[in-house]
Amino acid sequence: MFLLLRLCTVAIVVPVLVVVYFVFIGGLPAISWEFLTQGPRNGMLEGGIMPAIVGTVYLVAGTMVIAVPLGVLAAVYLSEYARRGPLVRLIRLAITNLAGVPSVVYGLFGLGLFVLLLNFGQSLLAGCCTLALLVLPMVITASEEALRTVPDGIRHTSLALGATRWQTVRRVVLPNALPGIITGVILSVGRCAGETAPILFTCAAFYMPHLPGGIHDQVMALPYHVYALATQVPGAPPRLKWGTALVLLAFVMAVNGVAIAWRARLRRRRR
Amino acid sequence: MAGDTTAGIGQDGAALREPGLSEAEAIAAFPKRLKLETRHLDVYYDDFRAIKDVDLKIGANEITALIGPSGCGKSTYLRALNRMNDEIDGARTQGQVLLDGQDVYLPETDVVELRRRVGMVFQQPNPFPMSVYDNVAYGPRLRGRVSAGEADEIVESSLQQAGLWDEVKDKLRRSALDLSGGQQQRLCIARCLAVAPEVVLMDEPCSALDPTATFRIEELMLELKKSYTIVIVTHNMYQASRVSDRTGFFLLGELIEFDETPHIFEHPRDERTDAYVRGRFG
Repeated sequence: MFLLLRLCTVAIVVPVLVVVYFVFIGGLPAISWEFLTQGPRNGMLEGGIMPAIVGTVYLVAGTMVIAVPLGVLAAVYLSEYARRGPLVRLIRLAITNLAGVPSVVYGLFGLGLFVLLLNFGQSLLAGCCTLALLVLPMVITASEEALRTVPDGIRHTSLALGATRWQTVRRVVLPNALPGIITGVILSVGRCAGETAPILFTCAAFYMPHLPGGIHDQVMALPYHVYALATQVPGAPPRLKWGTALVLLAFVMAVNGVAIAWRARLRRRRR
Repeated sequence: MAGDTTAGIGQDGAALREPGLSEAEAIAAFPKRLKLETRHLDVYYDDFRAIKDVDLKIGANEITALIGPSGCGKSTYLRALNRMNDEIDGARTQGQVLLDGQDVYLPETDVVELRRRVGMVFQQPNPFPMSVYDNVAYGPRLRGRVSAGEADEIVESSLQQAGLWDEVKDKLRRSALDLSGGQQQRLCIARCLAVAPEVVLMDEPCSALDPTATFRIEELMLELKKSYTIVIVTHNMYQASRVSDRTGFFLLGELIEFDETPHIFEHPRDERTDAYVRGRFG
């Protein structure tokens, strides 16, 4: 039985290692200062991917600016304020279903709502809004879980000391739930950095000679750049694709690493 | 800060006398200065009637103990006094809880203000995961900005009253979770006192503590009753007999008997009380 469990674990870890291995082998030769700091040249056959890196950073940052406050506050409502009842059940059902919607549907929805109806155009703004919708269920669910792990005793103690509900949430519940909330945010950063479909119709540029100047500009993004190099640019050297994928992977891992370290520090401090 | 909290209550015993009792009996049976009173108090959890028509008078600057077997409703009753049952889904309260003659269940009651006047210490020592200092200053800071000097003063005097100052004065900035269980519970008492309550409700405050720590808390209670009105729920009959002035015996949500503590333990009028205090059940 123990062996079986161990095999299952190995079966999960091995593909991850294999993927990382191949991305590194394929991508490492492409990595250079020039690759990281310059734009593509010569019809994307040469040059670097700097605009795509910057674009992805902008997209992730913008998405988090929208999704984290919205998601955390929604979770606070569900966990701290809402009384059990049909409305809350309906909201939870909606969140669960939202989490299961394929990402291309988000892309189309974003195109319909943000790009066309709200007239944001294909822009960083529309892309961030779309990605925010995509990761919102993840942020809400993780935050709610984190809030639920805060013992009720802490809430009751605070209330019994004459704190209002909001004071209780802000001063003791949220700080205690923070490590768990950060976990949810980490997961969603990885998700939104890597998604292609939602940005395909809403903001991604095939090629831009300059960096985005504002939220109404289109942007290049790493996952879309991989997709473009692989399917839209005949004769593009494979190392460019691998190199881009490697940068994407490294970016997500770096963000996760920083967030995990931060979470660990918070946990230590709360001991 | 603590000494003046009971000023201005002064209702005299005569007003509380029930018909049919001689004056001497009335004085013996009921507290002279009334702080809290419940009239026909019922608490329901959904359809379950956890507290049944409880009338009880709690005297100022006295320790009132509530005893009874597990599940008898004594903790529920206690939580009704500062409306902590409001926080429990499905809990409903009927009847009156009078604090200085004012019904706290009226719709216009400011629950936050009520809980400042009627503080609570819980069964498990439950300091917040922050420093000793911040734990004690938590309550005062809720009311708005507190200057460093004021906060220092409140923290010190509260810890003094809780008999913890000498043990923690050099580690105020350390995490409260590093203290021992008994120290944590006294910290919780200090945190409660820092809000300057008039009444302190204690829900089995010693059940998670060892005998030495329990003894310290009991000593502390006797000291605190000079300034505060204390209601304690306890599993431990000996504790009730050691510290309390009056004792109420609860069984299945009903208040079976309420009297001066020696009466309850030596000459209970009800045979169920008698059986319980002699340790025949519960």
